[in-house]
Order: sequence, then structure tokens, then C-alpha cells
Amino acid sequence: MKEKPVTPELAREHGLSPAEYGTVLGILGRTPSLTELGIFSVMWSEHCSYKSSRIHLKKFPTKGPRVLQGPGENAGIVDIGDGLAVVFKMESHNHPSFIEPYQGAATGVGGILRDVFTMGARPIASLNSLRFGRPDHPRTRYLVSGVVSGIAGYGNCIGVPTVGGEVSFDECYDGNILVNVFTLGVVRHERIWLGTAAGVGNPVIYVGSKTGRDGIHGATMASGEFDEKSEEKRPTVQVGDPFTEKLLLEACLELMRTDAIVGIQDMGAAGLTSSSFEMASRGGTGFLMDLDRVPQREEGMTPYELMLSESQERMLIVAKKGREGEVREIFEKWDLDVSVIGEVTGDGIGRVRWRGKMVAEIPIAALTDQAPVYDRPAERPEGQDALQRLDPAGLPAPSDLGETWVRLMGGPELSDRKWVYRQYDHMIRTNTLILPGSDAAVLRIKGTRKGIALSVDCNSRYCCLDPFVGGMIAVCEAARNVACSGAEPIGLSDCLNFGNPEKPEVMWQFRSAIDGMAKACEVLGVPVVSGNVSFYNETMGKGIHPTPAVAMVGLLEDASKRRVQWFSTDGDLILLAGEDRLGVHLGGSLYLKEVHGRVAGTPPPVDLAHEKRLQEFLREAASADLVASAHDLAEGGFACALAESCISGPGSAMGARVLNPFPEATRPDFAMFSECQGAVLLSCAPANRDALLDLARRFRITMMELGVVGGEHVDIEGLARVGAAELRMAWSEGFAAALGLEG
Amino acid sequence: MKTAVLVFPGSNCDHDAYHALKHVVGVDADFVWHKRSSLDGFDAVVIPGGFTYGDYLRSGAMAKLSPVMGAVRRFAEGGGPVIGICNGFQILLEAGLLPGAMIVNNSLRFVCDFVHLRAGTDRTPFTRGIPEGTILKIPVAHYQGNYFADERTLSSLEERGQVVFRYCDPAGEVTRESNPNGSARNIAGICSEGGNVLGMMPHPERCAEEVLGSADGRRLFDAMVAWLGERSA
Repeated sequence: MKEKPVTPELAREHGLSPAEYGTVLGILGRTPSLTELGIFSVMWSEHCSYKSSRIHLKKFPTKGPRVLQGPGENAGIVDIGDGLAVVFKMESHNHPSFIEPYQGAATGVGGILRDVFTMGARPIASLNSLRFGRPDHPRTRYLVSGVVSGIAGYGNCIGVPTVGGEVSFDECYDGNILVNVFTLGVVRHERIWLGTAAGVGNPVIYVGSKTGRDGIHGATMASGEFDEKSEEKRPTVQVGDPFTEKLLLEACLELMRTDAIVGIQDMGAAGLTSSSFEMASRGGTGFLMDLDRVPQREEGMTPYELMLSESQERMLIVAKKGREGEVREIFEKWDLDVSVIGEVTGDGIGRVRWRGKMVAEIPIAALTDQAPVYDRPAERPEGQDALQRLDPAGLPAPSDLGETWVRLMGGPELSDRKWVYRQYDHMIRTNTLILPGSDAAVLRIKGTRKGIALSVDCNSRYCCLDPFVGGMIAVCEAARNVACSGAEPIGLSDCLNFGNPEKPEVMWQFRSAIDGMAKACEVLGVPVVSGNVSFYNETMGKGIHPTPAVAMVGLLEDASKRRVQWFSTDGDLILLAGEDRLGVHLGGSLYLKEVHGRVAGTPPPVDLAHEKRLQEFLREAASADLVASAHDLAEGGFACALAESCISGPGSAMGARVLNPFPEATRPDFAMFSECQGAVLLSCAPANRDALLDLARRFRITMMELGVVGGEHVDIEGLARVGAAELRMAWSEGFAAALGLEG
Repeated sequence: MKTAVLVFPGSNCDHDAYHALKHVVGVDADFVWHKRSSLDGFDAVVIPGGFTYGDYLRSGAMAKLSPVMGAVRRFAEGGGPVIGICNGFQILLEAGLLPGAMIVNNSLRFVCDFVHLRAGTDRTPFTRGIPEGTILKIPVAHYQGNYFADERTLSSLEERGQVVFRYCDPAGEVTRESNPNGSARNIAGICSEGGNVLGMMPHPERCAEEVLGSADGRRLFDAMVAWLGERSA
């Protein structure tokens, strides 16, 4: 069989620019083989190389006293004391999920799980952040059903609970949905493994599923825009096998209890290529691999296909010489393929042999060091000023505020997500103390008193209107959710979903969002330890809202101090912390979008110093047992936060009678639905009132006493009064109804 | 007194069952790999939930062929207590140790939620001291939990007192709305004629501690310990 000759045209078809191809020729000093071209093309793809984002990502604070491993490995690691650490990362699987929602989402879950257990940690919880197009778009129902069942199908089978997440809808995602998945694992410090290839002569071992032709060039697909022919890319979507991954998980953890290995990495995007080259790059070594020894699912696979396949559930291991037998024994016990396919070498060259012939010979340092890095031009979009213009006084006031309130609570954004999370096993492993449905999920760490709080957040309307402020808000809200549950944020992972970075306006959004996020992280003292960038979320030239999803990890030293967002006891007092943060802010609000059909204005202002004090106050109030519940004001403003605290608990809906916290002259609809940053609704037993107010004064947090829990109605004096049961019914049935799904 | 927690490829509630037995109830427990063909030295057997062999064929259809299932059959024939939970129940059905079959939930979706169960008989080792009519709050988590059997089998199960749990509402009423999966006659759990083999879709090991939302599941394991204690006395 004659191999296709490599030409500049073929290089361009592989996504390499003429300049990039010139660098390849310079590195090799000759024309690359087809296999080598494939290797350069995936390693230098946007997805694997971060060539457009790298210089901006450096702005994130990534260090801290708890950080054991920052970005650059398979996942980040943060110390939680007692010799334990949490390992976590979020990653996108947007493009494949749009083309084939079930398998795209499922393999996203599979990939992020491998990123975590490849470091020696047992995964204990997953989250996801999902964005779909308009609820009534003809494809949305299909995509929602497929993505949710794909996440469920994979996560439930492997036995890792999916404990929280977010689902949001906007027409900007009609042609580009977002599927971001997050997993957290727990590991003892001495059991942490890294993806490194060290020790000349050590064997390189392939374990897991056989290699097939699925997913070839998936990383390249994730590095280009969609067009009307995207459906034709279905064959580039991989197919997941959660059963095999479960075996792989148990086998790897069993192997890691021995000291037979040196390094291990999963074969994710760009499969065998990225795992081998990245491990050797970290170890400062080289390798020689024999592709004939790779377990293969199909006959007649070429070296190009073997190196680029993204078949799932595979790992690459570098073991200690002479310990191959132990590795083999464990993987054979779990009925998995295991094959020594090469060895570590000392000359810094990655060599790939096939049928006795050398098909690739690439200097590894050059491949990584000379990888393209772009400082792409950035420019504020022309239309940004127009977008930020908003004259609230010109908005017509709704005739019936109660009806508007019920409509928002039962609408696609705020309604109960039970239809979704009921399909996820969220209880397995028996650690989930706060189930999905509160601001943050809380899990216990067995054998300790500790708890881990998890939340994922992003308001992409805010990011569209002002990416800098929107980026700050994404970090603040995620941290505030965790603080409401009583935990201290100790690290975050992010998924930066944007449009085409070659467009200066997109690059401006990206740069601004990162600046905002970095600033919030610095003030709040939260390091970014892992994450992922997803560009090219565009179809036919139309991009998504900038959507930097933030997954926040919080630590509770004592899990019994956890708090939920809902009221629990009639007669408890209702208070508003951060009352001075209220104001008429309709820019980017849910009310403006759902009721007036507009996304305009500027997001509510942020005060980071106040935010930090507020969160410290919330933790202190929880740990001193002064509050019964805490829930932050977010989408839908004061009225919707109050309704959520009344109706989102596991018991029956609770009523409440409260004052209007806004000045009397404020327009009623603005008082109810204005959004703000830094206000939290609390409930407490009457006996704790004085101590709670004292505590707030100590942290310089303003407090307003609003009213009492109880009764049949949720009643905001002078504004609106609706039956708690009516709100609850609209809220609990709204999601399926909005999408036309069966309840 | 020692409990075996079976581990098949794809079992995933094995650690939860072990934790509930060993750390909550305080009874000795050991994992038993599916390739073992003896259960000597064990006093009770737990077949935990999961997705054995990925449920790629029918749930439990592959696991029933594992060597350990021969030992389970002999153990059950000798009157030893066996509980199959979720996928474990499906394995017991496939192995013919209990009658009937499981089909996909009538919603065609996986369901994870707390449900209520109405106890039907206290004659199994796991329900001793849980009188008929007791209401328990226990979670389910399954895709194929829709119990199916022909009318004659269903009637015979009822006549012989083999229906151990039915789905019910919080007040104990057995209603259509409280049935999470479409199971025939709201059946959530059944036992063998001798009563010593129990299969149930809900997960008692997930609610053995109040901190997890219910401790009702612990009652089944406590009952088992008491039953074993009486037997050896």
C-alpha cells in the first residue's frame, strides 16, 4: 500500500498553517511522513496546544498553600488535610455532543473520569454544565434528552454519582450546545501518580480497550467551526463503553497500590499520540513504540490511524523494568487487554515503528517547545456600546406581578431540574449529604469529619454584555454558592467556551473574561488548578455568548455544619445579608430576557472586597450554627430567590411573609426582579437573631430583617402574594413542560 | 458471623454494602470475587447493585454464569440468607433463584429517587421485626426495575406471602403514582418460597444512616444480624 505523499496542501487540510508547516519542516529537516504530519497536526491543534489561549491563561493565579498540582497535568490537586487531597478537572465535549448527543456526552464523562483516576484518585462525584438552544428550537428536545441520558448512561454504570450542575437555554446555543463535565476524586498524598515517562529502558505498556478507527481527528474537529455539513462528521465521534472503563478504573487503582509503575496517562484527545509525547516531554525522555503490538479492533489499520485514533477506555503506562508481570496479572484479572508496546529511551526522540519500518521520528522537545503560540489581535466589538444601552423606564410594567413571578419560576431557566438529575444516580457511594437542588452539593469524606461542597456556575448573558464583569461574576457566584453551604472555596476548574479566536471580537471577549476571572480569583484567594478551553463554538459564522463555566470546590472541616438553600421551620426569621448591594439592575437580567425579550444593558456591579467579607461571614454563621439556610440572590432577583427558599426543599412548600427590601418609590417589577451581586437570603431561629446580627456587624455586612417563615403564601408586602403550592407546582412541572418532554 | 459481598465485573454498590455492614451495622464483611466457587465460612450473602458486564445483554444474564453463582445456589438451598439488591435482584431472577423478570422502566428513563415501601411479610431473615404494613423510606436507582411475571406467578407470590415490599405513597397506600417504574402490582421486592432469598430493587445500603436522608435501610441488616444470632444460639 502506497502512502499519500505529504504536500503543503495536505498540511493545510490537516489544519496546519503555511507558517506552522514551515516550522515542521525546520524541526525535521525533511518532509514529514503522513504519520508525522498527523502527529504534528493534532499536537498543534487548538484543542491540544492551547496556542491561542496560552498567553492569557498565564494570568490566572494557580498557586496557593493547598495546591499540590496546578494546570499542566491531567487534573489539578488540592490538599484537604489529614494526608488527603482532592483531584479535579472540568472539560468540554461540545462539538461531539452536538453531532451525536448520547455518545458525545457519555464519552465526555468517560474522559474526565480517566483524567482523575489516572492520577491515582478514586472519583467520588461529577457535575455538569449544559447549555442548549431555545427550548422550542426543533433540535433542543432531542439534544437535551440525548445529552442527559448519555451522562446518566456512563456515570451511573461506572458508579460515580452526578451530584449537581446547571442547565440553561439561549438561542445563541441553537447551533452549538455546550456540554461541560467535571469530576472530583480523592487520593492519599503518597498515592498520587503523574503522567511522566522516566527511566531509560522502562517498558511502555498499553492497557484497556482495543484501538479502532473511531474518533480519528476528534481534536482537530474541536478546533474548527461547524457548517451545514457537520452532521457528516458523526464518524469522528467516539463510542463509550462505561463497563470497560469501570474495569479500567478498578484495575488502575489496584495497580497503583503497588509500586510497579513510574507514570500513567489516559489516551484522551489525540489518543496514543498525545499520551506518549506528553509523558516523554514531562519526563525529558524519548521512546520507541512498536505499533504492531497495539491491541487492534479492526484489521489493516495504518500507523496514521493507530496514532490518531481516539478509541475510548485506554491508558498508557510506564512501568519499572522487570515489573511487567505484575501489571499483566492485574489487567488480565479484570479481563482487559495489556501489551508492552515499547520502551523509554534517553535521546529525546519519539520513534514509532510499524511492520519493521520507522514511520515517525520526532524530536520531542522541539514538538512541544516550538509549538505555535499566538497573541491574536483583540478588539472590542463595534456593537458592544449599543448592546449595553438600556433605558429601564421605557419597559412596560406587567399587569399582574404575581403571574409574572409564577411564570419565571416555572420557566426554562429557573424551574426544578429534577427531570434531569433524577436520571443521574446521585446517591451511589453513599457520600451525598446535600442532594442536587441546593446552591451547592455537599459530600462527606468517609473516615473524616470533612465535607466537600461543589457548585458550577456561569451567567453567559452577563458575559455577553460585559465579559470582564461577567467573568468576575462567574467566579464570585460559584464561590458564593459554596460559601452558602458553609464551605471555604479552595480551588476551581474552568471550561472557557468561546467562538472563533481568529476573530478579534472573540479574542477580546476571551481576554476580558479571563482578566475578570483572574481578578476575582486573586481577591477571593481561590487558585485555578485545572481547566480547558473550547474555541470555535460557532456555526455558520455565528458564535455563542462567551461562557466561562466555573466549577468551584469548597471544603468543610466539619460536614455537620453544612447548610441548604431552603427554609425548614415555621417561625424562623428571614434576613437579607448584603442589603446595601441591592439596586435597580436590569442589565442582563432574566426578567428582561423572559418578559421583555431582550438581552441588553450592563451586568450588576461587583464589589470583590465585600464579596470576600460576605463569604467569610456566611462560613462563620454556618459553623457557629447561627443560620438555618442561606441562598444567594441571582437570576430572577430577590423575589425568585425568596420563592426558591420557600419551595425547593424536599418537604412540602413553605410560606413566608416579608417586607419589600427596596425603597418604596422603586417600581414594583424592578424591586422584585432586579439582579445584584453580593446579597444572600438567610433564615435563622429567633433565638439566634442577636448573635447573627452581631456577627454581621463584625464582618461589616449590612443586614435587613425581612420577615418570618410560615403560612400558605409567599407574600412580599405591597408587591405580590402567591400561594406557595402554586409556585411549587409551576416550578416542579416547568422544565418538562417548557421542552415538551414527558414529566 | 461473616457476610460475603460478591464482586462481579461491573458491580458498583459493593463498597456501599460493605460500608453499611462493616462500619454502620458492625458485622464482619468480606468482598468475594465472582470467580470463587465456594462460600465456605460465610453466614450471609449480599449480591450488590451495579452494571455487571455493563448490562449489555439483559441485566444479570452474564453474571448468573459466574462460578460463584453455583455456590450461591447451594448456600440458598441450605437455608442461608441471601439478599440481592438492584442488579443483585436481577441476577437472582436470571439465575432462577427467584421467579419473574425485569424489564425497562415504563418511563424509559433511569430513575434515582427516594421512594416509600410497604412491608409485606416479616418471614425473611432481613425483615424479621418489620411487621406487615410498616412503611420504609428507601432510594431506588435503576433503568430496568419494572418487575414482570405472568398472572399466575404473581398470584402465587401473593398467596404464599412472597411479596416482601411494594411501592407506596408516604401514607402507605399502594398507588399507581407511587410506582416509580411500572412494576406489576407495585412489587419492589420478593422472596423465595423458603423466605431466605430476598431480591429487591431499592437500596437499603444507601439509607443506613440518618445523615443520608433515612436510616430505614439499616433495619434490614439489623434484622439479618439478629436472625443469624438466633440461629446460632
